[in-house]
Amino acid sequence: MPHFALLVALAALAVLGYWVGKQRSLQLVGGGRGIRKLHSLPAYYGFLTALWCALPALLIMAVWLLLQDTIISSLVLSKLPVALRGQNAGELGLLTNDIRNIVLGNIPAAAARPEVLVAAQDYRRLQGIADLALSGLVLAAGLAGLAWVRSRINPALRARNSVERIIELLLLGCSMIAVFVTLGIVLSVLYESLRFFHAVSLDQFLLGLQWSPQTALRADQVGSSGAFGAVPLFLGTVMISGIAMLVAVPVGLFSAIYLAEYANRKFRASVKPVLEILAGIPTVVYGFFAALTVGPFLRHTGELVGLKVASESALAAGLVMGIMIIPFISSLADDMITAVPQSLRDGAYALGATRSETIRQVVLRAALPGIVGGVLLAISRAIGETMIVVMAAGLAANMTANPLEAVTTVTVQIVTLLTGDQEFDSPKTLAAFALGLVLFVVTLILNVVALKVVRKYREQYE
Amino acid sequence: MSTATLATPVATAAEEPAATSPPVPENCKTVGRVTADGALLIARGVNVFYGEKQAITEVSIDIARNQVLAMIGPSGCGKSTFLRCLNRMNDTIEGARVTGSIVLEGQDIYDKHQDVVQLRARVGMVFQKPNPFPKSIYENVAYGPRIHGLAADRVELDEIVHTSLQRAGLWDEVKDRLTSPGTSLSGGQQQRLCIARTIAVNPEVILMDEPCSALDPIATARIEDLIDELRESYAIAIVTHSMQQAARVSQRTAYFHLGDLIEVGETDRIFTNPRHKLTEDYITGRFG
Ligand SMILES: Nc1ncnc2c1ncn2[C@@H]1O[C@H](COP(=O)(O)OP(=O)(O)OP(=O)(O)O)[C@@H](O)[C@H]1O
Ligand SMILES: [Mg+2]
Repeated sequence: MPHFALLVALAALAVLGYWVGKQRSLQLVGGGRGIRKLHSLPAYYGFLTALWCALPALLIMAVWLLLQDTIISSLVLSKLPVALRGQNAGELGLLTNDIRNIVLGNIPAAAARPEVLVAAQDYRRLQGIADLALSGLVLAAGLAGLAWVRSRINPALRARNSVERIIELLLLGCSMIAVFVTLGIVLSVLYESLRFFHAVSLDQFLLGLQWSPQTALRADQVGSSGAFGAVPLFLGTVMISGIAMLVAVPVGLFSAIYLAEYANRKFRASVKPVLEILAGIPTVVYGFFAALTVGPFLRHTGELVGLKVASESALAAGLVMGIMIIPFISSLADDMITAVPQSLRDGAYALGATRSETIRQVVLRAALPGIVGGVLLAISRAIGETMIVVMAAGLAANMTANPLEAVTTVTVQIVTLLTGDQEFDSPKTLAAFALGLVLFVVTLILNVVALKVVRKYREQYE
Repeated sequence: MSTATLATPVATAAEEPAATSPPVPENCKTVGRVTADGALLIARGVNVFYGEKQAITEVSIDIARNQVLAMIGPSGCGKSTFLRCLNRMNDTIEGARVTGSIVLEGQDIYDKHQDVVQLRARVGMVFQKPNPFPKSIYENVAYGPRIHGLAADRVELDEIVHTSLQRAGLWDEVKDRLTSPGTSLSGGQQQRLCIARTIAVNPEVILMDEPCSALDPIATARIEDLIDELRESYAIAIVTHSMQQAARVSQRTAYFHLGDLIEVGETDRIFTNPRHKLTEDYITGRFG
């Protein structure tokens, strides 16, 4: 792995650069005694040298490696016989892949055509040259950087300021990566959604009552023209999230109140970790719990009382999702309740309020904004939850308000639209992006509101 | 605790027991007269422990009507701890334990049958940091009367809120904004709001723990005036770090030291002629 060796060499060069820079600065002022004459501590001169030694060289290496394959491929291809070159773009791509695979040893050379073998050899030769050139260039850049900084070191050089500036830029770069990736995802979802809305109008999508996204794969297929009314999905999502919140909010909130206000230290210390374990269970485990245990249980119970319960029902998915969200709500509410200053409780007790009056009328009152924020965050989690509903709520886009029937949600439909063999520009596939966009916008709004509320509450007591 | 290091008492506590008071325990080492005429709240031989640690040792003292008792002493000597015993606020602290007797009008407040809720309605408390509830100004004052059912209807409640705010000297400043949050007031106003909240339940005793320590001199002066007026109707005990404040507002002063009640007496006498060495050191500034 020559690139790895090159990196190691560069690192060694940087360490050398550190030492050279540091020694140089010390030498200029006549050793350790003269440190006070330097603008910065000697280590900063060392860091500056090392950074200038490593960073430009790394940049060169990154750019080079990014371009190397493309350039070599086109060079190799241009030398191929015309008969092989004169194909359409797709086959040319396959050919290039074949050549690269032979070079990498993924395909036994014996199985290849002679022209391709020649090309592969050519490719290998060019790669060797390129690697050599790259090593030379990178090391030269490193040395040049080192020598350049060393020549500039003098007691007045503000090495500390420069180093800190470079580090700041590095940090900025990393945060920019996060921002750009997010932006890229949003834009691509937006773009694909727009393509979808060319095929299906916005109001048809947002207000339509029928969802059956099967479109004809081939022109001669009949009977599935596709209907993209997403209301049944929205309804299913709202119903399941609603059931989940009906379970999670009271249980989570009450357990938080008990833990924060009533439980003694020992009980608290043993129960909190259990709740945290609950939060750590993978959702797929909840999913099969819902599908294999809760679903059948509900159906049997339904039979006993003469109710018809589908084996995949909104109720089963909602209940289990609620259980999943309990620890989320209880730990957030617990934080909010314990953040209420003791002085407020004291004030209420001193007026003769009982414990329950104090909690209901003063503590919860003070913690309410934070708790509401937590619940909003929990709702956005419930809406985005996929695994449990895929496994337990079914796929049928029923337009129903009965929690005992199978329903489907936005997330489940995204999964089903995108699994299996797909044509990537049919409305069926693009519909997933439109659904994703809706999901994104809704959870974004919920999160922004929730964070605002929570932050406002935090400021109140700080 | 370190009672052995104390100087010999100049006078014994029990020298002139009031007719109504229970006897002062034999082992009481406090200098000066711990009893008072018109005693309402009477502590005898009170010890407080936080877990294993003893914070208050054998404290006996009377708190009397129409009188302000100031409690002074170096930080950590147990003033707050003792004050919080008097309306059982220590109940809310895990591991806190109180022994001895504290009697409010003939009834031991640590008796099993004592209802804490009623007790705290009779013995109100104002804290060091103003702590208005996250409610409107009106609701802050109305809260106590509401939970104790003191007002039959809205008109009566309005009346209670009005008079309480007036007596706390806050009415004129807030009468046009009764619905705005209590936290929107200034620190001094908030503290007066807390006092209004306390007197709204019509207590007999008011306990104050450094009520001015978070306030500027002007707000402090207002509260001191207020305390002086409230003395007409209540028994008041105030903890303070300011000896000037103790001298200005109180009629009796109690000096605490490391959990012991060292000396009690008329405020004028304590500040001009302290009998115990430790008291003298403290008020002349020779002690931290
Ligand atoms: N909740 C508690 N748990 C354990 N020890 C406590 C607790 N509260 C107070 N103490 C201890 O009891 C002693 C008396 O404390 P207290 O708060 O009554 O002092 P204080 O006289 O009010 O002091 P300050 O003037 O600083 O308010 C101190 O040693 C303190 O450390
Ligand atoms: Mg205190």
